Amino acid sequence: MIAIIDKLVEFFQYEFVQYAMLVGVLISLSSALLGVTLVLKRFSFIGDGLSHVAFGTMAIAGALGLVANLILVLPVTIVCSIFLMKTGQNAKIKGDAALAMLSVGSLGIGYLVMNMFSKSSNLSGDVCATLFGSRSILTLSHSDIWLCIILSVLVASMFILFYHKIFSVTFDEDFTTAIGVRAKTYNLIFAIVIAIVIVLAMRLVGALLVSALVIFPALSAMRVFKSFFSVTVCSVMLAVVCTSLGILASIVAETPVGATIVAVDVACFVVFSLTGFVLRRG
Amino acid sequence: MPQITCQNLTLGYEGKTVISDLSFAVGTGDYLCIVGENGSGKSTLMKTILGLKAPMSGQVLTGGGLSPTEIGYLPQQTVVQKDFPASVREVVRSGCLNRCGIRPFYSRAEKQMAEENMKKLDIANLARRCYRELSGGQQQRVLLARALCATGKILLLDEPVAGLDPKATADMYELIETLNNGGITIIMISHDINAATKYASHILHLGAAFFFGTKLDYLDRSGGCA
Repeated sequence: MIAIIDKLVEFFQYEFVQYAMLVGVLISLSSALLGVTLVLKRFSFIGDGLSHVAFGTMAIAGALGLVANLILVLPVTIVCSIFLMKTGQNAKIKGDAALAMLSVGSLGIGYLVMNMFSKSSNLSGDVCATLFGSRSILTLSHSDIWLCIILSVLVASMFILFYHKIFSVTFDEDFTTAIGVRAKTYNLIFAIVIAIVIVLAMRLVGALLVSALVIFPALSAMRVFKSFFSVTVCSVMLAVVCTSLGILASIVAETPVGATIVAVDVACFVVFSLTGFVLRRG
Repeated sequence: MPQITCQNLTLGYEGKTVISDLSFAVGTGDYLCIVGENGSGKSTLMKTILGLKAPMSGQVLTGGGLSPTEIGYLPQQTVVQKDFPASVREVVRSGCLNRCGIRPFYSRAEKQMAEENMKKLDIANLARRCYRELSGGQQQRVLLARALCATGKILLLDEPVAGLDPKATADMYELIETLNNGGITIIMISHDINAATKYASHILHLGAAFFFGTKLDYLDRSGGCA
């Protein structure tokens, strides 16, 4: 035990560990805030779909030789996000089919493009890093960190300012529109923000696991808490705690960062499910 | 002056006309029941009045001091709401949003109004309870309280007794009648012709046997045996 603490203390003297911690906490906080609404709107899978789109676009950006691939990746992901949120409201085109199609389609095309055009000697390493999260969380630049801080502050303040509107639009979109609130505008803003957060969160846990950051804290909180406010607060706290524990554990055990964070999230969900079950019985 | 006037409305979806050239007016304090077979366009009409759907032609006008965002609405329950973690108080308060504009939080007066509406509908004791754990009748009362926060003038109810047991149904009708007696205009979609002719002042019958007029005329036309 003491050895572990010593090891952690030692690691925390490194700047890159502190930065990784900061960025991890901020990203999971943002995704948890959005997650509550996404899970309730039946969009749990959107994190997965959008991150695959981002993966595909990254591959294309790589093939085109774009170094700053965010210029291409962000707009494409945002457009797909708006498209997906729109079809979800339309009962005729099923939202889940559109999502699944976009998700696997871009995954396949992304891998194909990477295979055909990559100049890298370690192709499978690159693919694996994008899908499962790379160690790049430990090699963040200062501009990465600032970008992350600014976006998290924006997401959090947006959520606080529009909290009551977000609640009402999620609970009952028709009613909210009928009494004159621009539900469509809020949905649009929401779609843009979720795309941005997912592209950022991909770095932390990778394209395949990014949904976990979005849905697990919200789902765990919903097992136990019963009001929108308490669920939101609880899921934010869970996200922060689980991600911190995950990063610490991955440092100590030298495991992949993304997968470790998700494992902690899963464990937390099990604990909360059991708690919820006991509370309902008791 | 009527609160809501529909002029030559033609409604439909995907290019298919469901209702054509419909005109009627609802005055302050009226109790209008919209009846008709499935697919006769009852819900479409209600969504058009609420501004959720654009008519294919014609228009909906509000008057008599009613603004288009002051229409309270009791929708049918959605799947999303079945396992939505929300307290009764949170749901009721969200009816005040049309007063907020860009202000992010509720004012003290709005919170007070939510409490009063909960008392009025006899759900004040449920304020902290979770919406999804309530009975059907209680849930409808919560949504009604929310609608009352949005307006004190007119309520549009989309099958308010669907899925309720006989006791809860009777309670619901009584409650709506009390609100109507208090001066609130009611427009209600109903499948239950007996209840419609018992409580309503006006009837709008959509479909083949089209009718719009007072309840008495409606009963006369159908030979008194609705």
